[in-house]
Amino acid sequence: MNRLWHGVVKRELALAYQQKTELVQPLMFMLMVVTLFPLGIGPGPDTLQRIGPGVIWIAAILSSLLGMERLFRDDFQDGSLEQMMLSGIPVSMIAAIKVFTHWLVSTGPLLIMSPLLAMFLNLTVPMYIALLCTLLLGTPLLSFVGAIAVGLTVSLQRGGILLALLLIPVFIPLLIFATSAVDSAALQLPYHPQLAIIGAMLLLAMAVSPFAIAYSLRVSQN
Amino acid sequence: MAGLVANALTCIKRDRILFENLELTLSQGELLYLRGPNGAGKTSLLRLLTGLSLPESGTVTFNGTDVGAPQSGFYDASLYLGHKSGLSSTLNALDNLSYWCAQHNVPVSKHMIYDVLERVGLVGLEDIPVRMLSAGQQRRVALSRLWLKPATFWLLDEPFTALDIDGIALLEAKFHDHVSKGGAIITTSHQPLSTRAGQHRVFDLEYRF
Repeated sequence: MNRLWHGVVKRELALAYQQKTELVQPLMFMLMVVTLFPLGIGPGPDTLQRIGPGVIWIAAILSSLLGMERLFRDDFQDGSLEQMMLSGIPVSMIAAIKVFTHWLVSTGPLLIMSPLLAMFLNLTVPMYIALLCTLLLGTPLLSFVGAIAVGLTVSLQRGGILLALLLIPVFIPLLIFATSAVDSAALQLPYHPQLAIIGAMLLLAMAVSPFAIAYSLRVSQN
Repeated sequence: MAGLVANALTCIKRDRILFENLELTLSQGELLYLRGPNGAGKTSLLRLLTGLSLPESGTVTFNGTDVGAPQSGFYDASLYLGHKSGLSSTLNALDNLSYWCAQHNVPVSKHMIYDVLERVGLVGLEDIPVRMLSAGQQRRVALSRLWLKPATFWLLDEPFTALDIDGIALLEAKFHDHVSKGGAIITTSHQPLSTRAGQHRVFDLEYRF
Protein backbone atom coordinates (compact mmCIF):
# COMPACT_ATOMS: atom_id res chain seq x y z
CA MET A 1 0.00 0.00 0.00
CA ASN A 2 2.83 2.35 0.94
CA ARG A 3 4.37 1.57 -2.43
CA LEU A 4 1.36 2.97 -4.23
CA TRP A 5 0.70 5.84 -1.85
CA HIS A 6 4.23 7.12 -1.38
CA GLY A 7 5.70 5.90 -4.64
CA VAL A 8 3.02 6.93 -7.10
CA VAL A 9 0.27 9.10 -5.60
CA LYS A 10 2.50 11.45 -3.63
CA ARG A 11 4.93 11.64 -6.51
CA GLU A 12 2.19 12.61 -8.93
CA LEU A 13 0.88 15.28 -6.57
CA ALA A 14 4.38 16.67 -6.01
CA LEU A 15 4.95 16.80 -9.76
CA ALA A 16 1.60 18.52 -10.31
CA TYR A 17 2.51 21.09 -7.69
CA GLN A 18 5.82 21.74 -9.44
CA GLN A 19 4.12 22.03 -12.83
CA LYS A 20 1.30 24.37 -11.84
CA THR A 21 1.48 26.36 -15.05
CA GLU A 22 0.88 23.28 -17.17
CA LEU A 23 -2.29 22.66 -15.21
CA VAL A 24 -3.50 26.26 -15.25
CA GLN A 25 -3.06 26.75 -19.00
CA PRO A 26 -5.85 24.36 -20.09
CA LEU A 27 -8.15 26.02 -17.56
CA MET A 28 -7.40 29.48 -18.92
CA PHE A 29 -7.97 28.11 -22.39
CA MET A 30 -11.36 26.81 -21.35
CA LEU A 31 -12.28 30.11 -19.72
CA MET A 32 -11.35 32.01 -22.86
CA VAL A 33 -13.18 29.68 -25.23
CA VAL A 34 -16.33 30.04 -23.16
CA THR A 35 -16.06 33.84 -23.09
CA LEU A 36 -15.63 33.92 -26.88
CA PHE A 37 -19.12 32.59 -27.50
CA PRO A 38 -21.11 35.57 -26.14
CA LEU A 39 -18.85 37.81 -28.22
CA GLY A 40 -19.22 35.78 -31.39
CA ILE A 41 -22.85 34.73 -31.23
CA GLY A 42 -24.32 37.70 -29.40
CA PRO A 43 -25.09 38.28 -25.76
CA GLY A 44 -28.83 37.50 -25.88
CA PRO A 45 -29.65 35.71 -22.59
CA ASP A 46 -31.95 33.18 -24.27
CA THR A 47 -29.43 32.25 -26.96
CA LEU A 48 -26.68 31.81 -24.40
CA GLN A 49 -28.85 29.67 -22.20
CA ARG A 50 -29.66 27.41 -25.13
CA ILE A 51 -26.09 26.92 -26.31
CA GLY A 52 -24.53 27.10 -22.82
CA PRO A 53 -24.32 23.40 -21.86
CA GLY A 54 -22.88 22.45 -25.25
CA VAL A 55 -20.33 25.24 -25.12
CA ILE A 56 -19.12 24.31 -21.66
CA TRP A 57 -18.87 20.64 -22.56
CA ILE A 58 -17.04 21.22 -25.83
CA ALA A 59 -14.64 23.56 -24.07
CA ALA A 60 -14.13 20.96 -21.34
CA ILE A 61 -13.32 18.26 -23.91
CA LEU A 62 -10.88 20.50 -25.80
CA SER A 63 -9.12 21.70 -22.67
CA SER A 64 -8.84 18.18 -21.30
CA LEU A 65 -7.22 17.13 -24.60
CA LEU A 66 -4.71 19.95 -24.19
CA GLY A 67 -3.71 18.82 -20.73
CA MET A 68 -3.89 15.09 -21.39
CA GLU A 69 -0.45 14.74 -22.93
CA ARG A 70 1.31 15.53 -19.67
CA LEU A 71 -0.16 12.31 -18.23
CA PHE A 72 2.69 10.09 -19.46
CA ARG A 73 4.90 12.31 -21.64
CA ASP A 74 7.48 13.49 -19.10
CA ASP A 75 7.69 10.15 -17.33
CA PHE A 76 8.17 8.40 -20.65
CA GLN A 77 10.86 10.76 -21.84
CA ASP A 78 12.95 10.86 -18.68
CA GLY A 79 12.70 7.11 -18.14
CA SER A 80 10.69 7.24 -14.91
CA LEU A 81 8.01 5.19 -16.59
CA GLU A 82 10.34 2.30 -17.39
CA GLN A 83 11.62 2.36 -13.81
CA MET A 84 8.00 2.18 -12.60
CA MET A 85 7.27 -0.69 -14.97
CA LEU A 86 10.27 -2.55 -13.52
CA SER A 87 9.24 -1.92 -9.92
CA GLY A 88 6.95 -4.93 -9.82
CA ILE A 89 3.79 -2.90 -9.22
CA PRO A 90 1.21 -4.00 -11.81
CA VAL A 91 1.34 -1.51 -14.69
CA SER A 92 -2.45 -1.32 -14.81
CA MET A 93 -2.46 -0.20 -11.18
CA ILE A 94 0.12 2.50 -11.88
CA ALA A 95 -1.89 3.62 -14.90
CA ALA A 96 -5.15 3.80 -12.95
CA ILE A 97 -3.55 5.84 -10.18
CA LYS A 98 -1.84 8.20 -12.57
CA VAL A 99 -5.10 8.78 -14.44
CA PHE A 100 -7.01 9.36 -11.23
CA THR A 101 -4.52 11.86 -9.80
CA HIS A 102 -4.35 13.59 -13.17
CA TRP A 103 -8.12 13.91 -13.15
CA LEU A 104 -8.02 15.24 -9.61
CA VAL A 105 -5.48 17.97 -10.28
CA SER A 106 -6.72 18.95 -13.73
CA THR A 107 -10.49 18.71 -13.30
CA GLY A 108 -10.81 19.71 -9.65
CA PRO A 109 -10.08 23.36 -10.47
CA LEU A 110 -12.43 23.13 -13.47
CA LEU A 111 -15.29 22.06 -11.22
CA ILE A 112 -14.51 24.94 -8.87
CA MET A 113 -14.55 27.32 -11.84
CA SER A 114 -17.79 25.91 -13.27
CA PRO A 115 -20.27 28.19 -11.40
CA LEU A 116 -18.55 31.16 -12.98
CA LEU A 117 -18.90 29.64 -16.45
CA ALA A 118 -22.55 28.82 -15.79
CA MET A 119 -23.13 32.44 -14.84
CA PHE A 120 -21.42 33.68 -18.03
CA LEU A 121 -23.85 31.63 -20.09
CA ASN A 122 -26.97 32.46 -18.10
CA LEU A 123 -27.65 28.90 -16.94
CA THR A 124 -30.40 28.48 -14.33
CA VAL A 125 -29.66 26.75 -11.02
CA PRO A 126 -31.29 23.41 -11.98
CA MET A 127 -29.36 23.49 -15.26
CA TYR A 128 -26.15 24.16 -13.39
CA ILE A 129 -26.77 21.26 -11.01
CA ALA A 130 -27.36 18.95 -13.97
CA LEU A 131 -24.21 20.28 -15.64
CA LEU A 132 -22.19 19.68 -12.50
CA CYS A 133 -23.47 16.09 -12.28
CA THR A 134 -22.54 15.41 -15.89
CA LEU A 135 -19.11 16.97 -15.39
CA LEU A 136 -18.50 14.90 -12.26
CA LEU A 137 -19.37 11.68 -14.07
CA GLY A 138 -18.11 12.60 -17.52
CA THR A 139 -14.68 14.15 -16.97
CA PRO A 140 -13.16 11.02 -15.36
CA LEU A 141 -14.44 9.15 -18.40
CA LEU A 142 -12.52 11.62 -20.60
CA SER A 143 -9.37 10.94 -18.60
CA PHE A 144 -9.65 7.15 -18.53
CA VAL A 145 -10.45 6.78 -22.23
CA GLY A 146 -8.03 9.51 -23.24
CA ALA A 147 -5.17 7.86 -21.36
CA ILE A 148 -5.33 4.85 -23.69
CA ALA A 149 -4.64 7.10 -26.66
CA VAL A 150 -1.97 8.99 -24.72
CA GLY A 151 -0.25 5.69 -23.98
CA LEU A 152 -0.28 4.80 -27.66
CA THR A 153 1.01 8.17 -28.89
CA VAL A 154 3.53 8.85 -26.12
CA SER A 155 6.50 7.57 -28.10
CA LEU A 156 5.68 9.76 -31.11
CA GLN A 157 7.43 13.09 -31.39
CA ARG A 158 4.36 15.20 -32.01
CA GLY A 159 1.37 13.24 -30.86
CA GLY A 160 -0.75 16.25 -29.85
CA ILE A 161 -2.95 16.65 -32.93
CA LEU A 162 -3.13 12.92 -33.53
CA LEU A 163 -4.37 12.53 -29.98
CA ALA A 164 -7.21 14.98 -30.64
CA LEU A 165 -8.12 13.28 -33.92
CA LEU A 166 -8.22 9.89 -32.24
CA LEU A 167 -10.23 11.00 -29.26
CA ILE A 168 -12.79 13.57 -30.37
CA PRO A 169 -14.96 11.00 -32.23
CA VAL A 170 -14.87 8.74 -29.17
CA PHE A 171 -16.23 11.50 -26.97
CA ILE A 172 -19.29 12.21 -29.14
CA PRO A 173 -21.68 9.91 -27.20
CA LEU A 174 -20.62 11.50 -23.94
CA LEU A 175 -21.26 14.97 -25.36
CA ILE A 176 -24.71 13.97 -26.58
CA PHE A 177 -25.86 12.50 -23.28
CA ALA A 178 -24.31 15.24 -21.17
CA THR A 179 -25.91 18.10 -23.07
CA SER A 180 -29.18 16.23 -23.27
CA ALA A 181 -29.19 15.90 -19.48
CA VAL A 182 -28.78 19.65 -19.07
CA ASP A 183 -31.49 20.31 -21.68
CA SER A 184 -33.86 18.07 -19.75
CA ALA A 185 -33.06 19.99 -16.60
CA ALA A 186 -33.87 23.23 -18.44
CA LEU A 187 -37.31 21.83 -19.30
CA GLN A 188 -37.69 20.59 -15.71
CA LEU A 189 -37.79 16.98 -16.87
CA PRO A 190 -35.99 14.17 -15.04
CA TYR A 191 -32.48 13.59 -16.32
CA HIS A 192 -31.54 10.42 -14.45
CA PRO A 193 -31.48 8.24 -17.57
CA GLN A 194 -28.74 10.31 -19.18
CA LEU A 195 -26.75 10.35 -15.95
CA ALA A 196 -27.19 6.60 -15.65
CA ILE A 197 -25.84 6.06 -19.14
CA ILE A 198 -22.83 8.32 -18.51
CA GLY A 199 -22.29 6.52 -15.18
CA ALA A 200 -22.41 3.15 -16.92
CA MET A 201 -19.85 4.31 -19.49
CA LEU A 202 -17.64 5.58 -16.67
CA LEU A 203 -17.80 2.29 -14.77
CA LEU A 204 -16.99 0.32 -17.88
CA ALA A 205 -14.07 2.62 -18.66
CA MET A 206 -12.75 2.38 -15.09
CA ALA A 207 -12.89 -1.40 -15.22
CA VAL A 208 -11.36 -1.94 -18.63
CA SER A 209 -9.15 1.02 -19.47
CA PRO A 210 -6.33 0.43 -16.91
CA PHE A 211 -5.52 -2.81 -18.72
CA ALA A 212 -5.73 -1.15 -22.11
CA ILE A 213 -3.49 1.69 -20.89
CA ALA A 214 -0.98 -0.81 -19.50
CA TYR A 215 -0.94 -2.61 -22.82
CA SER A 216 -0.52 0.61 -24.80
CA LEU A 217 2.38 1.66 -22.57
CA ARG A 218 4.06 -1.70 -23.11
CA VAL A 219 3.64 -1.29 -26.85
CA SER A 220 5.21 2.17 -26.62
CA GLN A 221 8.19 0.76 -24.71
CA ASN A 222 8.89 -1.82 -27.38
CA MET B 1 18.45 -23.03 -14.36
CA ALA B 2 19.68 -20.46 -11.87
CA GLY B 3 20.35 -16.89 -12.82
CA LEU B 4 19.23 -14.88 -15.77
CA VAL B 5 19.15 -16.94 -18.93
CA ALA B 6 18.43 -15.83 -22.47
CA ASN B 7 17.46 -18.66 -24.73
CA ALA B 8 17.56 -18.43 -28.54
CA LEU B 9 16.77 -14.71 -28.52
CA THR B 10 16.09 -12.99 -31.80
CA CYS B 11 15.62 -9.26 -32.09
CA ILE B 12 14.49 -7.48 -35.25
CA LYS B 13 14.36 -3.70 -35.47
CA ARG B 14 13.07 -2.00 -38.62
CA ASP B 15 13.50 -5.14 -40.72
CA ARG B 16 17.14 -5.47 -39.63
CA ILE B 17 18.13 -8.52 -37.64
CA LEU B 18 20.15 -7.28 -34.66
CA PHE B 19 20.91 -10.75 -33.39
CA GLU B 20 19.60 -14.24 -33.92
CA ASN B 21 19.43 -17.26 -31.62
CA LEU B 22 21.46 -15.50 -28.99
CA GLU B 23 22.30 -17.52 -25.88
CA LEU B 24 23.40 -15.77 -22.73
CA THR B 25 23.64 -16.76 -19.10
CA LEU B 26 24.30 -14.47 -16.18
CA SER B 27 24.80 -16.15 -12.85
CA GLN B 28 25.69 -14.84 -9.43
CA GLY B 29 29.23 -13.71 -8.78
CA GLU B 30 29.81 -12.74 -12.37
CA LEU B 31 30.53 -9.50 -14.18
CA LEU B 32 29.55 -9.67 -17.81
CA TYR B 33 30.85 -6.94 -20.06
CA LEU B 34 28.69 -6.55 -23.14
CA ARG B 35 30.67 -5.09 -26.02
CA GLY B 36 29.82 -4.08 -29.53
CA PRO B 37 29.79 -1.18 -31.98
CA ASN B 38 27.00 1.41 -32.13
CA GLY B 39 23.83 -0.12 -33.41
CA ALA B 40 24.82 -3.69 -32.61
CA GLY B 41 21.86 -4.07 -30.28
CA LYS B 42 23.36 -3.78 -26.82
CA THR B 43 20.54 -1.61 -25.49
CA SER B 44 17.94 -3.78 -27.21
CA LEU B 45 19.44 -6.86 -25.60
CA LEU B 46 19.38 -5.31 -22.14
CA ARG B 47 15.78 -4.21 -22.56
CA LEU B 48 14.85 -7.72 -23.66
CA LEU B 49 16.58 -9.13 -20.58
CA THR B 50 14.54 -6.89 -18.28
CA GLY B 51 11.30 -7.78 -20.00
CA LEU B 52 10.66 -4.14 -20.96
CA SER B 53 10.42 -5.18 -24.58
CA LEU B 54 9.57 -8.55 -26.00
CA PRO B 55 11.76 -10.59 -28.35
CA GLU B 56 10.79 -11.65 -31.84
CA SER B 57 11.41 -15.19 -30.69
CA GLY B 58 13.13 -16.88 -27.78
CA THR B 59 12.72 -16.56 -24.04
CA VAL B 60 14.32 -14.83 -21.10
CA THR B 61 14.01 -16.70 -17.83
CA PHE B 62 15.01 -15.90 -14.30
CA ASN B 63 15.62 -18.96 -12.10
CA GLY B 64 13.59 -20.96 -14.59
CA THR B 65 10.55 -18.65 -14.73
CA ASP B 66 9.76 -16.10 -17.40
CA VAL B 67 11.12 -12.67 -16.33
CA GLY B 68 7.84 -10.90 -17.02
CA ALA B 69 5.85 -13.23 -14.75
CA PRO B 70 5.23 -11.76 -11.28
CA GLN B 71 6.16 -15.01 -9.53
CA SER B 72 9.69 -14.98 -10.99
CA GLY B 73 10.68 -12.38 -8.39
CA PHE B 74 12.91 -10.80 -10.99
CA TYR B 75 11.78 -7.25 -10.30
CA ASP B 76 12.73 -7.45 -6.63
CA ALA B 77 16.08 -9.02 -7.41
CA SER B 78 17.11 -6.79 -10.28
CA LEU B 79 18.03 -3.24 -11.02
CA TYR B 80 18.05 -1.77 -14.51
CA LEU B 81 19.61 1.58 -15.37
CA GLY B 82 19.10 2.63 -18.95
CA HIS B 83 20.14 5.53 -21.13
CA LYS B 84 17.36 7.55 -19.62
CA SER B 85 18.13 8.42 -16.04
CA GLY B 86 14.61 7.78 -14.78
CA LEU B 87 14.78 11.00 -12.79
CA SER B 88 12.09 13.61 -13.00
CA SER B 89 13.83 16.87 -13.88
CA THR B 90 11.50 19.03 -11.81
CA LEU B 91 11.98 17.06 -8.58
CA ASN B 92 15.14 17.16 -6.51
CA ALA B 93 17.50 14.23 -6.01
CA LEU B 94 16.16 13.39 -2.58
CA ASP B 95 12.51 13.24 -3.68
CA ASN B 96 13.34 11.36 -6.87
CA LEU B 97 15.15 8.66 -4.91
CA SER B 98 12.67 8.44 -2.09
CA TYR B 99 9.72 7.96 -4.51
CA TRP B 100 11.75 5.46 -6.49
CA CYS B 101 12.59 3.48 -3.33
CA ALA B 102 8.93 3.41 -2.34
CA GLN B 103 7.97 2.10 -5.79
CA HIS B 104 10.60 -0.60 -5.63
CA ASN B 105 9.64 -1.59 -2.12
CA VAL B 106 12.98 -0.57 -0.64
CA PRO B 107 12.56 0.65 2.92
CA VAL B 108 14.85 3.66 3.33
CA SER B 109 15.02 6.63 5.62
CA LYS B 110 15.97 10.14 4.60
CA HIS B 111 19.29 9.61 6.38
CA MET B 112 20.16 6.63 4.21
CA ILE B 113 19.51 8.62 1.06
CA TYR B 114 21.61 11.49 2.39
CA ASP B 115 24.43 9.06 3.17
CA VAL B 116 24.33 7.53 -0.28
CA LEU B 117 24.24 10.92 -1.98
CA GLU B 118 27.24 11.89 0.10
CA ARG B 119 29.06 8.77 -0.99
CA VAL B 120 28.48 9.49 -4.67
CA GLY B 121 29.76 13.02 -4.18
CA LEU B 122 26.59 15.09 -4.19
CA VAL B 123 26.79 16.79 -0.81
CA GLY B 124 24.75 19.98 -0.74
CA LEU B 125 22.96 19.22 -4.00
CA GLU B 126 20.21 17.08 -2.50
CA ASP B 127 17.42 19.64 -2.76
CA ILE B 128 18.14 21.21 -6.12
CA PRO B 129 15.85 20.23 -9.02
CA VAL B 130 17.62 17.57 -11.03
CA ARG B 131 17.51 19.65 -14.23
CA MET B 132 19.88 22.17 -12.60
CA LEU B 133 22.54 19.50 -12.09
CA SER B 134 25.21 18.76 -14.67
CA ALA B 135 25.00 15.63 -16.81
CA GLY B 136 27.59 13.85 -14.69
CA GLN B 137 25.84 14.80 -11.46
CA GLN B 138 22.52 13.56 -12.85
CA ARG B 139 24.23 10.29 -13.72
CA ARG B 140 25.50 10.07 -10.16
CA VAL B 141 21.99 10.55 -8.79
CA ALA B 142 20.73 7.77 -11.06
CA LEU B 143 23.61 5.49 -10.05
CA SER B 144 23.01 6.02 -6.33
CA ARG B 145 20.20 3.48 -6.74
CA LEU B 146 22.93 0.83 -6.82
CA TRP B 147 23.70 1.71 -3.20
CA LEU B 148 20.04 1.87 -2.17
CA LYS B 149 18.32 -1.20 -3.59
CA PRO B 150 19.62 -4.55 -2.36
CA ALA B 151 19.26 -6.16 -5.76
CA THR B 152 21.45 -9.04 -6.87
CA PHE B 153 21.20 -8.64 -10.63
CA TRP B 154 22.29 -5.35 -12.14
CA LEU B 155 21.64 -4.52 -15.78
CA LEU B 156 23.45 -1.32 -16.64
CA ASP B 157 23.37 0.43 -19.98
CA GLU B 158 26.39 2.70 -20.43
CA PRO B 159 26.71 3.51 -16.72
CA PHE B 160 29.97 5.40 -17.24
CA THR B 161 28.55 8.02 -19.61
CA ALA B 162 29.30 11.58 -18.42
CA LEU B 163 31.14 10.39 -15.30
CA ASP B 164 34.49 11.93 -14.41
CA ILE B 165 37.59 9.90 -13.48
CA ASP B 166 36.65 9.78 -9.80
CA GLY B 167 33.16 8.68 -10.68
CA ILE B 168 34.40 5.89 -12.89
CA ALA B 169 36.75 4.68 -10.17
CA LEU B 170 33.95 4.77 -7.60
CA LEU B 171 31.64 2.79 -9.85
CA GLU B 172 34.26 0.20 -10.77
CA ALA B 173 35.05 -0.32 -7.12
CA LYS B 174 31.34 -0.77 -6.49
CA PHE B 175 31.21 -3.37 -9.26
CA HIS B 176 34.06 -5.29 -7.68
CA ASP B 177 32.44 -5.14 -4.27
CA HIS B 178 29.08 -6.29 -5.62
CA VAL B 179 30.47 -9.23 -7.56
CA SER B 180 32.63 -10.38 -4.64
CA LYS B 181 29.48 -10.46 -2.50
CA GLY B 182 27.79 -12.78 -4.97
CA GLY B 183 26.06 -10.18 -7.11
CA ALA B 184 25.77 -10.35 -10.87
CA ILE B 185 26.28 -7.49 -13.30
CA ILE B 186 25.79 -7.11 -17.00
CA THR B 187 27.03 -3.82 -18.32
CA THR B 188 27.68 -2.15 -21.63
CA SER B 189 30.39 0.39 -22.10
CA HIS B 190 32.56 1.82 -24.83
CA GLN B 191 35.55 2.24 -22.55
CA PRO B 192 37.18 -1.04 -21.54
CA LEU B 193 36.74 -1.93 -17.90
CA SER B 194 39.90 -1.43 -15.87
CA THR B 195 41.41 -3.91 -13.46
CA ARG B 196 39.65 -2.16 -10.58
CA ALA B 197 36.40 -3.74 -11.72
CA GLY B 198 37.90 -7.18 -11.16
CA GLN B 199 37.51 -10.36 -13.16
CA HIS B 200 35.02 -10.12 -15.98
CA ARG B 201 33.73 -12.05 -18.92
CA VAL B 202 33.37 -10.33 -22.26
CA PHE B 203 30.39 -10.90 -24.50
CA ASP B 204 30.73 -9.52 -28.02
CA LEU B 205 27.80 -8.42 -30.14
CA GLU B 206 28.59 -7.96 -33.79
CA TYR B 207 27.04 -5.41 -36.08
CA ARG B 208 25.03 -7.23 -38.70
CA PHE B 209 23.76 -5.98 -42.04
